[in-house]
Parts: sequence; C-alpha cells; structure tokens
Amino acid sequence: MNIVEKILARASGEREVSPGQIVDAKVDKAMMHDLTGPRVIDSFREIGVKRVWDPERIIVVFDHDVPPSTIKAAELQKKVRNFVKEQGIRYFYDIGRGGICHVVMLEKGHVKPGELIVGADSHTVTYGALGAFATGVGATDMAAVLATGSIWLRVPETLKFEVDGKLQKRVYAKDIILHIIGMIGSEGANYKAMLFSGRAIRDLGIDGRATICNMSIEAGAKAGIVEPDEKTMKYVRERVGEPISPIRSDKDAEFAKVYEVDASRLEPQIAIPPSVDNVKPVSEVGDVEINQGFIGTCTNGRLDDLRAAAEILRGKRVKDGVRLVIIPGSQEVYHQALKEGLIDVFVKAGAIVCGPGCGPCIGISRGVLADDEVCISSANRNFVGRMGSPRSKVYLASPATVAASAIRGKITDPREVG
Amino acid sequence: MKIEGRVVVYGDNIDTDVIIPGRYLVLQEPSELAKHAMEGIDPSFPEKAREGVIIVAGRNFGCGSSREEAPVALKHANTRCVIAESFARIFYRNAINIGLPIIEASLRDKVSEGDLLSVDLVSGIIENKTKGVRIQAKPLPPLAIEIINAGGLTKYVRRKLGLE
Repeated sequence: MNIVEKILARASGEREVSPGQIVDAKVDKAMMHDLTGPRVIDSFREIGVKRVWDPERIIVVFDHDVPPSTIKAAELQKKVRNFVKEQGIRYFYDIGRGGICHVVMLEKGHVKPGELIVGADSHTVTYGALGAFATGVGATDMAAVLATGSIWLRVPETLKFEVDGKLQKRVYAKDIILHIIGMIGSEGANYKAMLFSGRAIRDLGIDGRATICNMSIEAGAKAGIVEPDEKTMKYVRERVGEPISPIRSDKDAEFAKVYEVDASRLEPQIAIPPSVDNVKPVSEVGDVEINQGFIGTCTNGRLDDLRAAAEILRGKRVKDGVRLVIIPGSQEVYHQALKEGLIDVFVKAGAIVCGPGCGPCIGISRGVLADDEVCISSANRNFVGRMGSPRSKVYLASPATVAASAIRGKITDPREVG
Repeated sequence: MKIEGRVVVYGDNIDTDVIIPGRYLVLQEPSELAKHAMEGIDPSFPEKAREGVIIVAGRNFGCGSSREEAPVALKHANTRCVIAESFARIFYRNAINIGLPIIEASLRDKVSEGDLLSVDLVSGIIENKTKGVRIQAKPLPPLAIEIINAGGLTKYVRRKLGLE
C-alpha cells in the first residue's frame, strides 16, 4: 500500500484498503475556525449530542476575520468562544494567540505523521506537509465528526509527482505547485490524493512543503502529502511531546499515475485570473500593471516566505500608487520576523503590515479590491470576486514575485530585482 | 424521487466564491444567503430561480472552498437539483449533507436555458420534456440516497446514534 492507503487502513482498523473502497475512519484531530465554526455548532446542536466526542482532539483557531471587522462577525466569534468553553475544548487559539489555522496547526504540534485530520476548511490539505492525511470538509460533516469522532471516506487513488532537479535562485515551492496545477488542471486530481516526492521536495523545508500541499486542493485533491523524512521528524519532535509513529509507503506501493517534473527548468510562475490552472512563466505574462500586492495567507505567510520577500524589499521602496499588504501567518511567525528585522524592512519599504490572519484573501477585510483593480497575491485562489469586486483581478505568484512586482508597479520577475 | 424544473445553464469551474462570495458568509439565515446565490457570476439568478430551477453546468462545479453556504444558498434560492458533468468533492459531500439533490451527467447540446427537465435521482433518468430527450445519468450512490432520504446528514447521524 502507499502512504495514503496505509494511513486510511490504520484509521479505519482495516488490514488493507484499496482505492474506491468506502471506509469508516476514526479521526485523530478535528479543526474549525471563526467562519465555519458557527455553522458547525448549529449542525452539532441539530444532531442533538450533548458533548463533543473528545475535547482534547479538537482545535479551534480564529483567523478569517480578526480582529472582527463587523458586529455580526464579533457576535459569531462570541458564539464559537462560548461553545469552546461549554465543551471544554482544550486547544483554542483566540485573537492574538495563534494566527492562520493552517500555520498554527503545524507550528503548535497538532499534526503528526500518519494521522487522519479533518478540518472545516478546504486548505486543511496543508498538513500533508508533515506526512498526515488531512482533508477539508463542510460544516455538517464536521458536526458529525464532533459528535461521533468518525467520518466515511472513499479511499482515493493517488497521483505521484516526482519533482527532481534543483530549483534556480528565486524560484520557490510556490512556483513548483503552480506549474503542477497548470499541468494537470483545476480538477486534475479531483477525488484523488497527490503525493509529492523527489529531490526538489526533499530539499524544501517544512514551510515550502506546506505551500505545495496547501494548493493541492486547487487541483481538486482530497489530500496532498509528502512522505515523512528526517526534516519532518526533527520539526515534529521539536513541537510534539507524545510518541510519533510515522507511516511511509511500502516499497511495492502502487500509484494511479506518476508525473515527472524537472524543477531545475522552472522559472517563476504566475496564475492568471480567473482560474488557478491558467499558469504561465513570468516571462510570458507581458506588461501587467498592479494596484496592490499581498504577501501572506495559509499558502505563503510563513517565515521562509517573509524572508524571501524581505530579501527583495531590503533598501527598496514600493512604487508610488501601489500598496503592498503583508500579513505574517501567525503570532510566532510575526514575532520571529520582528526579531530578524524583516518587519523593519517591510515598513521602511512602505508596505503596510497587519496582524496575523487571513486578511484580504477571502475578500472580507484589510485589503479588498475595487472595480477594475489588479492585485498580485501570494494566496491560492484568483476566482472572480475572490478578493472583492467581481471586476477586480487577482494574479497568483510567490512572495518574491509579489515583492518585486510591488517595487516596479507591474508583474516582475524577482530575478531582475537587485 | 422525481424532481422537475426549468433549466438555468452555466459553464465549467463554477467556484464557491461566485456561488456565494466570502463577504456574505457572516449571514446565518439561509434565506439571506439565497438572495446572493450566484451573485459573483449572475446577480439575476435569485430572480430566475424564484419558481424553482434546475442548474445544468459543465465540469468541476463547486470547486474552491469548503463553505457549506454554497449549496445552502442554492437550495434556498429554489434550486431543485444541480446537474453537472463533474463536481468538486467537498461541494458534492456538502450538497448531499444538506439535502440539495445533485447528479452527474453531461448535458451539453441536450438542453437549453428554460427547458423543462425531470430528474429521477434513484434511477438516474433525466428527461428533457421540452425537447423530448431522455438521458441515462449515473445514479447517486446508495449512501447518498440514504442521507438525502433521511433529510440530510444531521438527521442521518441522529438516526444512527439512536436519537430518533
């Protein structure tokens, strides 16, 4: 069996499972946030169970509209806070305590290799960076998990991506995953799992692997995953007190399809609106003037991302008429960025730095776009109206490409900037 | 389970951000969400759907976020069924869980906007009454039918736990 099948077999108490089979699996961790939480709670009440299945295995993180921008959002957050208290949920990251759920889950040690994790958010797939099987569900599915601790899942076929070669300077994990999504399309992995392997993946740190797994959902995947290695084990040991029993693919594991990617030939990639799979190398994008740059999110709001942006922005200025919004992914990332002087670089460059959270990525607050405005963003989606007006446009790229573009006022190859 | 309605046609990759934009997710009342259904791509949809409609779309319907508000908004805007060539997996589960009937079928060139359709979820037979065409679609899996028949996942789980 491959890693995905082995994790689902363990979680469902089966000796062996195969793609297509429906299993009733026990969930190791369940995560929800301020935006999906209220509806989960309503469905949980409808089910009518008094207590959640295990308050030690539920993680609640506030990130989508923090601090709340409307009275309505504040009321909904109050509702979730009360539920956390009522149910004795152990891990609750309120405003100022955590950050973006998918950053917090990894850095606070809530993800172990081999676990089955569900989250009421589509980007839950991020946790595959540490060798867990993690998938996003809707509010009612999550309510059923809170009530029973289990979920039915169809064992997915697994696509293997063998990413070899060494990345060129200023080409990053984001460029790899954008390239892959462009290659297989926005439903190229629908109902399937994506396993990322090869030298270029092994070379990446956990931050880069998180970027790659995070965007597997943009190809429709049920999960993205990287086989745990020494880097994984070191990262997890530093954060998790309990024993760790990683799961890896058997030597004779089978995959539905194997794709090969040569990372050494990649240049920075751009996803052109309005679809994530409309991907071109930056050299083929042409002249695109921008009104806003945005660096942050569960895709690219980690320390490595801020470092890459600071390398470009150091001693430079964001072009007049362009705004650059930078949002560290968590309190921990923010604090470390302060200590390393990255925030100093950003402020001096004329960027605005906001407190950890999802920011304008979901078009709720802190940088939404007006009619006909153009933004280049390090986020994961460029759908119509995603960041504000249905007439605005969002281009997706790595944090370095966003930083370089903010300096020049148009989409720019980060290798051209100092 | 037979469903009837007039057709509204959309294309490929209808994502959850156009079905219900993020800024409306603070709305908790399904009827409030329904007023903004499909706003990102077709603000006239709630008006079109008033008498009950069947959405016919292309590939990858419902891609993007896990927001259950997407099928909720469609259902409460009087969408009786969504027929698409394929669905994104989270939307597929969510639709079944909240009791919005969906079915996979390729109806390109077989329906036009405004046609009267009849759908049988169990047999998978779709009838275009305007054009007099019958199409055999893949019926929903038994578990999905069971959940829809129970009235959604919350009721299904209640039954399973012996609470009903």
